[in-house]
Amino acid sequence: MTTKPRLYYFNGRGRMETIRWLLATAGVEFEEAEYLETREQYEKLLQDGALLFQQVPMVEIDEMKLVQTRAILNYIAGKHNLYGKDIKERALIDMYVEGTMDLNEMIMLYPFSSPEEKEKNFALMIQRATNRYFPVYEKVLKDHGQDFLVGNQLSRADVQVLESILMIEEYEPTVLSEFPLLQAFKARISNLPTIKKFLQPGSQRRTEPDDRIVETVNKVLQL
Amino acid sequence: MSGKPKLTYFNGRGCMESIRWLLAAAGVEFEEEFLETREQYQKLIKDGALLFDQVPLVEIDGMKMVQTRAILRYIAAKYNLYGKDLKERALIDMYVEGTADLMGMIIPFPFTPLKERNLALIIERATTRYFPVYEKVLKQHGQEFLVGNRFSWADVQLLEAILIVEEKEPTVLSKFPVLQAFKARISNIPTIKKFLQPGSQRKPPPDDQYVATVIEVFKKD
Repeated sequence: MTTKPRLYYFNGRGRMETIRWLLATAGVEFEEAEYLETREQYEKLLQDGALLFQQVPMVEIDEMKLVQTRAILNYIAGKHNLYGKDIKERALIDMYVEGTMDLNEMIMLYPFSSPEEKEKNFALMIQRATNRYFPVYEKVLKDHGQDFLVGNQLSRADVQVLESILMIEEYEPTVLSEFPLLQAFKARISNLPTIKKFLQPGSQRRTEPDDRIVETVNKVLQL
Repeated sequence: MSGKPKLTYFNGRGCMESIRWLLAAAGVEFEEEFLETREQYQKLIKDGALLFDQVPLVEIDGMKMVQTRAILRYIAAKYNLYGKDLKERALIDMYVEGTADLMGMIIPFPFTPLKERNLALIIERATTRYFPVYEKVLKQHGQEFLVGNRFSWADVQLLEAILIVEEKEPTVLSKFPVLQAFKARISNIPTIKKFLQPGSQRKPPPDDQYVATVIEVFKKD
């Protein structure tokens, strides 16, 4: 009997959202443990030895308590055939997703910006999306003319790029205006059955940026 | 044309050092091109060599690879340093991400204004968050290597992290006897022993010249 993966995190996107996306895309049902809301909950997890490096995200999956976002994502992608068919495809996928993770890092930290830095961080985030990251993915799609970023089949790269596009669009709705192929890509990938389901209301996707949880995170992690 | 991997980076550690370690551990000879001027960097961008306008860049097996972790994973997998199955890979990934986080506190150090540098926090993290984990892993299974009773990327990166922290605090392993033995043992592996000797491609700690070069190359117009 396989038990569902169990996610330990705050009630927000943060570093766990990409993991939710990947599990959902793979059609894997998962549970969320009690959301981290108090310092006491966090200290209990620490005392129980559940967090290898004292950090969340943590995902209980296949009898492992996995921590470290990339370790978790790599495992899920590998297990569910979303990581390419060979080492060279994996290299391409890794380059593309590391790009999205750099962009996501800016998106994730933006709500935590100090008031003085907010405007600057916002501008940098949008600039990086439109000048550094999206042009790369637009060109990849243009050069091979295929539906997916790597190897002519769905991979975590497609999922992670879609996720980043949607999060940036929340802040700047016209961000894809110069990227026609990414617009088509967004529509196409959003329409894949498991992803379509994840994008519907009532799914386990977090529907808002993390402004609401800034206070909770600061309190729980004593930042 | 040599077919050897070619590394493009500053003449210093930074984000490239873990890659040098892994190639060296795997016994792979590599070439280096050092970034010294803004013009070189702009030329690389203009030539389309840097996917996200960033270094490290490693030209390997016909690919121009960027993103440190993508490069490390490729090398680890190619040279059988990434475990034998998905679960071993998961353990290795967790362990290397931990050491990467620790080293990630040290890499920006020379670029941080003096009064913001927090060496005490680095040592605290090393001795209370990271080293105890690896000490326990080794103690619990009693094997020579961190994962799967076999030399892997995790062992290389842990040794690298230990040595970097020791440069800042030489007694940092004093409470970790198993890690002390690990350090001695892994340092003695022939390819690693060679890399640890003077004259290898291992880079020294960053100095003012290195910092000045990086700032100059990345300076905004």
